[in-house]
Amino acid sequence: MADPIAALTNAQAARAEAAPRVQAPTAAGMDVEQLSAFYGRFQALAEITLPIHPGAVTAVIGPSGCGKSTFIRCLNRLHELTPGARVTGSVRLEGVDIYQPGVDPARVRQLVGMVFQKPNPFPTLSIYDNVLAGVRLHRSRLSRAEADEIVERSLRAAALWDEVKDKLKAPGSSLSGGQQQRLCIARALAVEPLVLLMDEPTSALDPIATYRIEELIWELKQRYTIVIVTHNMQQAARIADYVAFLLAGEERTGRLIEFDTAQRIFTNPKRKETEDYITGKIG
Amino acid sequence: MTTEPFLAPVTTPAERREWILRLLTGTQRVDRIRRLRESIILSLLFLSALISVATTIGIIYTLSIETFHFFQRVSLIDFLTDTQWTPLFTEKHFGIWPLLTATLLVSAIAMLVALPLGLLAAIGLSEYASPRLASIVKPILEILAGVPTVVYGYFALLFVTPLLKRFIPQLEVFNALSAGLVMGIMILPLVASLSEDAMRAVPQSLREGAYALGATKLEVVWRVVVPSSLSGIVAASILAISRAIGETMIVAIAMGQVPRLTLNPLVAMETMTAYIVQVSLGDTPHGSLEYQTIFAVGTALFLITMVLNLLSYRFLQRFREVYE
Repeated sequence: MADPIAALTNAQAARAEAAPRVQAPTAAGMDVEQLSAFYGRFQALAEITLPIHPGAVTAVIGPSGCGKSTFIRCLNRLHELTPGARVTGSVRLEGVDIYQPGVDPARVRQLVGMVFQKPNPFPTLSIYDNVLAGVRLHRSRLSRAEADEIVERSLRAAALWDEVKDKLKAPGSSLSGGQQQRLCIARALAVEPLVLLMDEPTSALDPIATYRIEELIWELKQRYTIVIVTHNMQQAARIADYVAFLLAGEERTGRLIEFDTAQRIFTNPKRKETEDYITGKIG
Repeated sequence: MTTEPFLAPVTTPAERREWILRLLTGTQRVDRIRRLRESIILSLLFLSALISVATTIGIIYTLSIETFHFFQRVSLIDFLTDTQWTPLFTEKHFGIWPLLTATLLVSAIAMLVALPLGLLAAIGLSEYASPRLASIVKPILEILAGVPTVVYGYFALLFVTPLLKRFIPQLEVFNALSAGLVMGIMILPLVASLSEDAMRAVPQSLREGAYALGATKLEVVWRVVVPSSLSGIVAASILAISRAIGETMIVAIAMGQVPRLTLNPLVAMETMTAYIVQVSLGDTPHGSLEYQTIFAVGTALFLITMVLNLLSYRFLQRFREVYE
């Protein structure tokens, strides 16, 4: 009788062989282990260990100053840009430690994209050039047809194409706040990241624009792994598959209190602090 | 060599891992080019910084050597306590005080003109003037900064002094008063322009916060805008003082070359810079004591400016307001 596991592996290999070799990467997972972050002597995060599951939305919640933003800024090595900032522990992207020696931080940020709280399209660039801004860093030669294709694909993925297709040459800053934020998402998607980080992407937007971004996040998680920082419990409940709850104590160092599926965090949290926070008793 | 594909075809998890590792460790040709470009830029930046540092060191070196020779022949005590400065006469005295007093006096007069006027001009331009008016007035103000200082010197000597003489008959032809007034006008645009920039950097939300409490325009300006931009205003003022102390042409032309120890602004005096001009224009032999005096005076001038700059730096650090 044949070994069932070997048979399965062979079948997988055969399927992989038969499948078309895809250009676009599919979602990738990350593993955060014993991650601590410092600003000079001040420790902002202490020994965070959690998985970031591929193709899922992980929400990072917690009161102001608990290190949520610092945490996601460690996932694309943006934290170290602050003078005096440093990181210990490891963050692995599909098993590859992004903090190991020899890793180019610029390349990390290509694979782990980011969208910020305030929409920040480059003010001197048109909508079209905003989308291509990142791509042009990584590819010196880009034909007109390729560029057009990337712009359309990214804007479609960010659910902005229909609104801007007739004014691609207009400056990015001419759009509304919600549109600007989706332009920033398109810009991040254009470089084909594996993971997309979002730092309170809707806190500067009105409810309708917020709703559109949330809908977009739903669509994006088919292909991307998403980590989102949010202050809004309802938002986390609506869009997240997993939730990490961070809390800072007296010494203002953020610690991971609880990590679980969104359903369990919001219906049956294990820790009292989590329950207090999501029911509005603290924070 | 063909460019490597932007995204390699990926199928199995192991291949994916390999692909990510290869991408992250930057082994592609574009990575090598980017790294090379970064390091070239870095060394260029470092080199330009090095040039200015090297120049500074060179200046300090030259000043120190000649000053050292000077103080081997003249005691530091005399330099700091003697009240006469007569190195070009037969009976030589080397007291810095007449030159120093003249320098400080004329700078003080200049600051008395430039500081209030400059601050008021800045407030007017940033808070009260309509954008249209500001766009007309500001360039005119900045023309003042473009006038060559030699023109200011003759303006003081040939226009301001005769004008003042009508009201102050005992005014000498060369005097600190008109030199100081004109110097104040010269540094006014510096104070006004830098202060206005600092005031414009105060976010509108701070002003609105005060208006929302029922403040009037004047109260908003004096209690919110000016305090919030204080670091910039102080920096502008100290820069202006530095400029006044180092100013040469106006004082050399309109203030005279009489090193006397007085606080009377109506008579001729000689500033440190004017003395350096006087000696370097004459035929003082290289290496003589007279020649070395200008380096001693130059060192004193340099130390004053350096202390001022350090002060402004400390002040800025302590009072710096950071806005998002």
